[in-house]
Amino acid sequence: MRYIEPHGHMVSRTTNDYQAMVTAGCAAVCEPAFWAGFDRGSADGFRDYYRQLTEYEPARAAKFKLPHYCWLCLNPKEAEDLSLAADVLAMIPEFIDRPNVLGIGEIGLNRNTRNEMKVLEQHIEIAVKYDQLILVHTPHLEDKLKGTKLIVDLLKSHSEVKPERVIIDHVEEHTIQHVLDQGFWAGITLYPDSKSSPPRAVDMLEICGRERIWLNSACDWGISDPLAVPKTAIEMRQRGYDPEFIDQILFQNPVRFLSQCPNFSVPVT
Amino acid sequence: MQPPQPDSPSADPTAQALVDDSFVPVRAKLIEVAAFLDRVERHGVDDDFRCQALNKAAQVLLDGEPERARRILESLSDPTTEPDEVSTGKPAVGAWQDPASQ
Ligand SMILES: [Zn+2]
Repeated sequence: MRYIEPHGHMVSRTTNDYQAMVTAGCAAVCEPAFWAGFDRGSADGFRDYYRQLTEYEPARAAKFKLPHYCWLCLNPKEAEDLSLAADVLAMIPEFIDRPNVLGIGEIGLNRNTRNEMKVLEQHIEIAVKYDQLILVHTPHLEDKLKGTKLIVDLLKSHSEVKPERVIIDHVEEHTIQHVLDQGFWAGITLYPDSKSSPPRAVDMLEICGRERIWLNSACDWGISDPLAVPKTAIEMRQRGYDPEFIDQILFQNPVRFLSQCPNFSVPVT
Repeated sequence: MQPPQPDSPSADPTAQALVDDSFVPVRAKLIEVAAFLDRVERHGVDDDFRCQALNKAAQVLLDGEPERARRILESLSDPTTEPDEVSTGKPAVGAWQDPASQ
């Protein structure tokens, strides 16, 4: 079995995790920029982080012949401070031409505040200006439904943003259909306690179809599983889905979305 | 094999396996919910808005209507539509509390 991990925060994972992922059939890993578990004290902290995403992690993954890609942004959890956000956003163009950069992400909302909305708007403008793909983080728990609607409305208000070039991640049963109906891609995140379990993910595929959907583990510094995507293939097999179906969801779908970025090469498997 | 369509439930024999494989783990989760509600009541914290939200959400299981997961998620969600003026600085907690009732 081959699969792509389209959303993994490998800076938080051990090298053993890279080894386990490749052993399980991982053919490429994509790492959105995110909140590292604590607030950075300055814009320079982000410069170091972007170097880690564009230099160090690709080299660490390359030891296992695993292609590593990344997304750049200021995550929404640190977007409340508008002056820090201005400094960090001004730095993104320095890194945008690096060869493993897929686009702008994971942008979005955290607690659905006006300041977060302003920074989201600025990120969308950068993505439009530099013709970048967009990866969106939707808020947690009770904030997800409202935040997803606010994000969709803001994206739709930008006529230059093509929905097929945007993936809205961490959808659940109450947000997935809205995202798909508006023409965006939807990411289902397999994460314990919050987000989705493997059975619920497969339920959503059965209800919403197999187009414009990918699965990811969002493995990070929290309790999470870097093998959640291949483990969900077991759930699909138990329900009787054939290998072609599993390959479409776990490999071909992410390839179809990511191939819209010229930096992405279809992995040789 | 093709995935079953939403309006035509699978007639495949593997459908029975959905029950065979999952009944005991899901049964355990339902008992966890019941034990949680007993526990918070015994310790006198069942008036916490989250416990009340869980009680209310659990009613969805009894109404016999479909899309239970979606409706439970909606029941626990912030129903407002405008961005918040200022951040509370706190993380999400899993159930919405009307600021007017705090
Ligand atoms: Zn993430």
